Amino acid sequence: MIRSVFNQFLLVTALILSPLVGVQAQEHGHEGESHAQHEGEAPADKGKFNVGDMIMHHIKDDHGWEFAHGVTLPLPVILYSGDRGLEVFSSSRLAHGEVYNGYKNEHGKIHRVDEAGNADHEAKFYNFSITKNVASLMLSAVIMLLVFSAVSRGYAKNKGKAPSGIQSFLEPIILFVRDEIAKPSIGPNYTKFLPYLLTLFFFILINNLLGLLPGAANLTGNIAVTLVLAVITFVIVTFSGNKHYWLHIFKPTGVPIALLPIMVPVEIVGVFMKPLSLMIRLFANITAGHIIILSLLGLIFMANHMGGMMTSVAISPVVLFFTLFLNLIELLVAFLQAFIFTLLTAMYIGSAVEDHHEADHGIGYEGTTSELG
Amino acid sequence: MDLLTPDLGLLFWQVVVFLGLFLILRAFAWKPITESLNERENNIQSALDLAEKTRLEMTALKADNEKLLAQARSEREAILRGAKETADKMLADSRDKAESEGKRILEQARESMQNERQALVMQMKKEVVTLSLDIAEKVLRKELSDKGAQEKLVTDLVSQSRLN
Repeated sequence: MIRSVFNQFLLVTALILSPLVGVQAQEHGHEGESHAQHEGEAPADKGKFNVGDMIMHHIKDDHGWEFAHGVTLPLPVILYSGDRGLEVFSSSRLAHGEVYNGYKNEHGKIHRVDEAGNADHEAKFYNFSITKNVASLMLSAVIMLLVFSAVSRGYAKNKGKAPSGIQSFLEPIILFVRDEIAKPSIGPNYTKFLPYLLTLFFFILINNLLGLLPGAANLTGNIAVTLVLAVITFVIVTFSGNKHYWLHIFKPTGVPIALLPIMVPVEIVGVFMKPLSLMIRLFANITAGHIIILSLLGLIFMANHMGGMMTSVAISPVVLFFTLFLNLIELLVAFLQAFIFTLLTAMYIGSAVEDHHEADHGIGYEGTTSELG
Repeated sequence: MDLLTPDLGLLFWQVVVFLGLFLILRAFAWKPITESLNERENNIQSALDLAEKTRLEMTALKADNEKLLAQARSEREAILRGAKETADKMLADSRDKAESEGKRILEQARESMQNERQALVMQMKKEVVTLSLDIAEKVLRKELSDKGAQEKLVTDLVSQSRLN
């Protein structure tokens, strides 16, 4: 009880100290939840705080959006199965391990339950639920639509005049994407790809920033999201590839015939490595950032658990300072990763649509970096 | 490991939402925004070009003006020089004319004086002849008032003249 009150105290202190250090809400919430879960599963573990579980809970997707302990926004669960058809119900029905309609939520994953009430991991059904990440995704899409329709209106309103308001705030970024990413990487035919690059850049940026907010979802740190972005880039690169691009892969100039059996597979692997690297880079960077911040904050609760209240009070300022510092770094990373993903996409597109592809003697696809100059 | 396994539902929603977002933004945001940006850049560029052109025109105009001014100046000088020359020439001409006229008048005067003198001399010669004849007559009359003197004279004359 005292510990719980102390946790509340820590939470309030942390929130007052730094608005940036937002993850406590979830962390604390999760701690409560993990208590609940542990109570159900193993009463002996009561009160034991598992930092790993807390972190994984935060960075992974979930049914229902938990902003803070006990403050959970229920989200629709949408399931489709061959035998039962489409089923839609609120995620609150499955809260606290309850069974509803023959389904059960175990560690954020919905499973069917058999007659005995145990999860049936073999049953096949498709889960199209509006999870926390999907809700966050839709929220970010709505934000982007609102923001950019406002920007677009600004251009209609201020025709022939200086930009104003949000228009003048975002114009430099749009120009940056156009002049520093699209133009130098793709070349004169950049206009066709500019809408995709702009959407990509702002989508990643806004979701990176949203992910830093307290209680927010870790969308760009989810591999499904980065996978889709990388696959779209791959599709665009593959379908806009010209003669030179394919010749470079299957018949590289300046490479001895004897080396072709090695070079061609390398080039083919390179084609798939490019989107793969995009996918993993964004996912790993964002997830790692979240893990570091959560680990740092977890130290307070670890100290509380192991050394008692005074230890955690003693280390809190230090931990909060580091968390604040890392949050600032995460802000930088949010911009940086959006920039890198967009830049590399632009460069891959550039290498595919380049008119004259110089022989790079098998140095590989990174040869296009020279265009950055 | 399920951190690394993409979730089907999220994949589906990500594809739907992202592509929808892309299509909507492309039509209603990126197109008007990039078009306006290009238009504004073109406007700025053309304004700059116009300014540059105007500047060049101004420079040309200024050069023209200067040229015109220089031309006017040189013309004025030429006119002044011409006027001075004309004036000088006129002066010289009239001086020459006056000189020659003076010379001519002098010549004429000298000539008429010469004639006058000649006429005078002739007159005087005539007068002297008349006078001397008159004197001679008078003297003779006085000399020859008596017979003896007449004879003497005749004798003198006769003696003086040789009868050859």
